[in-house]
Amino acid sequence: MAVHSYNNIKEKIIERYLFVCALISIFVTISIVLVLLSETVSFFRDVSIIEFLTGTRWAPTYTPSHFGVLPLINGTLLIAIGSSIIALPVGLTSAIYLSEYANEQTRGIVKPVIEMLAGIPTVVYGCFAVLFVTPIIRKLVPETEIFNAASACIVVGIMILPMVSSLSEDAIRSVPHTLREGAYALGATKYEVTTRVVLPSALSGILASFILAISRAIGETMAVTLAAGATPNITLNIFESIQTMTAYIVQVSLGDTPAGSIAYKSIFAIGMVLFLMTFGMNLISQWIRSRYQEVYE
Amino acid sequence: MNLQEKRRRKDQLFAVICLASTITGILLLALLLCDIFVKGFSWLSWDFICSYPSRFPERAGIKSAFWGSIWLILLTAAIALPMGVSAAIYLEEYAPRSRLTKIIEINIFNLAGVPSVVYGILGLALFVRGLSLGKSLIAGALTLSLLVLPIIIISTKEALSAVPNSLREASYGLGASRWQTIRYQILPSAMPWILTGSILALSRAIGETAPLIMIGALTFVAFTPQTPLDPFTAMPIQIFNWISRPQPEFANIASAAIIVLLLVLLTMNAAAIILRRKYQKKLQGQ
Repeated sequence: MAVHSYNNIKEKIIERYLFVCALISIFVTISIVLVLLSETVSFFRDVSIIEFLTGTRWAPTYTPSHFGVLPLINGTLLIAIGSSIIALPVGLTSAIYLSEYANEQTRGIVKPVIEMLAGIPTVVYGCFAVLFVTPIIRKLVPETEIFNAASACIVVGIMILPMVSSLSEDAIRSVPHTLREGAYALGATKYEVTTRVVLPSALSGILASFILAISRAIGETMAVTLAAGATPNITLNIFESIQTMTAYIVQVSLGDTPAGSIAYKSIFAIGMVLFLMTFGMNLISQWIRSRYQEVYE
Repeated sequence: MNLQEKRRRKDQLFAVICLASTITGILLLALLLCDIFVKGFSWLSWDFICSYPSRFPERAGIKSAFWGSIWLILLTAAIALPMGVSAAIYLEEYAPRSRLTKIIEINIFNLAGVPSVVYGILGLALFVRGLSLGKSLIAGALTLSLLVLPIIIISTKEALSAVPNSLREASYGLGASRWQTIRYQILPSAMPWILTGSILALSRAIGETAPLIMIGALTFVAFTPQTPLDPFTAMPIQIFNWISRPQPEFANIASAAIIVLLLVLLTMNAAAIILRRKYQKKLQGQ
C-alpha cells in the first residue's frame, strides 16, 4: 500500500514536471513580446510613431537623426520578392519532379541532397555571395555596386529553395492516387493531370510552403548583412546597395552601442516589426493549411 | 501541328522543365561546395586548427573559435535536450485534447519560424543584461537553447507518435503505470529518431551567427574558454569577421574555416546516422 501511494506521487510529480517543460514554449513567446514591447515603448517616447511608420529616411546616427522605417522595409521586401522569384518556381517544379516523375530510387538520393542546402549555415551563403556571386554580377552588369541586393536575392533564393521543394512535395504526394488515375483514364497527359488535377488539390499545402519560405527570407540575416550592404535606401534597383531590417540590427550590435541609447532602443522597435511580420505570416500559413486542406476519404 | 501533337509537346516540355529545376538545385550545391573548397583548401593545415586568430593572415587560426563552438554545442545540448524531450513527452503522451494543448502546439510551430536574430535580441535582454551573465558562453548557450527548443520538440513529438499504440497497450496490460510505460517501452523504441532529430537541431545551432553577434560574442579571442562564464568566439562569428575584412587573404582563410565548420556538421550528421543504426540493431536483437 505504501509503495503504491509512493508510486502515485512519483507519477504525479513527473507529469507536473513534463507539463512545466511544455509551458516553457509559451513563456518564450511571452518574453519575446515583453522584451520587444518594453524597449519599443520607450523608443516611441523619443520618436513619434507616425514618423517611424511613414518616414522615408533612416539615419539614426546623423544629427538631426531620422527614424523612418520605410527604407529598411523596402530593403527587406526587395530581398524577399527577389529571392521568391528564384525559389518559388524552381522549388515548385522540382517538387513536381520528385513527386510525379522521379522513381523511388532517384527520389531517395535527390531529396536529401537538396535538403542539404537547408543545412548549410547562413554565414556560408553570405561568403558565397561575396566571393562568388557578386564578382559574376559585376562582370555582367558593370555598374553594380560592391554590395548589392541582386547577389543577396540569389543566395537567399538558394537558401529557401529546399523549404519550398520539400514542403510542396509533401503536399503534392498527399494527393491520393485515385484522382490521378481518374484523370489518366479520361486520356489526359501527365502535364494535364499535374497542372489541372494534382496541383489544384495540393494548393493549400503549396501556398503554405510559399508563405513560410517568404517569411524565412524576411528573417534572413547573415547573407543579407554580408552581401547587400548597409545603405538604407528606397529603391527597386537590385544593383544598388540597400539595408534590410535584420542587417540594421546586426550593424547596431556590432558597434558598441550603450544600453539605453536611442540606437540601442531602435533595434527593439525594428525587431518588433520583424517579429510581427514573420509571426503573422507563419500563422497565416498554418491557417491556410488547416482551413483549405482538402480531406480525402 | 494538330492538337494531339501540341499536347504531347507540352507534356514533354513540362517534364524537361521539372527535371531542369531539380538539377539546378543539385548543381548549386555542388558549385557552392567547390568554390569554398578551391579557395580554402590550400590554407587548411594542422597549424590553422591549432593557432589563435591573428592580424596576419598566414598566422591566423581557429583554435579559440573551434573550442568555443564545441563548448557552445555541448552546453546547448545539456540545456535544450532534457527540456525539449520532456515537453514533447508531455504533449504526445499526457496532454488532454484541450484548448491549451492546441495553443501550445501552434505556438511551438510558430516559434520555429521566428528569425534567429529576434532570439538574439531576446538573449541580449534576458541573459546578457537581465541575468547579468555578460557576453559569456552560458549566455550564448541559453540563447541557442531557446532557438533550437521548438525544433527538438517537433522532431521528438514525431518520433514518439511513430511508436505503435499496441506497445503502449501491451505495457498497460501488464500493469505498468504511465511513466513506466514511457520510461521502459516508448522512449527506448523512439530513441533512434529522437537522437537523429536532436543532432540535426544541434547542427542548426552550431551554424548560427546572428544570435551570437547580438549577444556580443567577441571576434578576437586569443584563448580557449575554461568555464561557462568565460567570453568566447565561435566558428561562424570568426568566419563573418574574416570575410568582412578588406584583405583578400582573409577571404581564403574564411573559406578554410568554412571547410572546418562543414566537416564538423558532416561529423554530427554521420554520428546521427551511426547512432540510429546501432540503436535499431539493438532493438531488433531484443
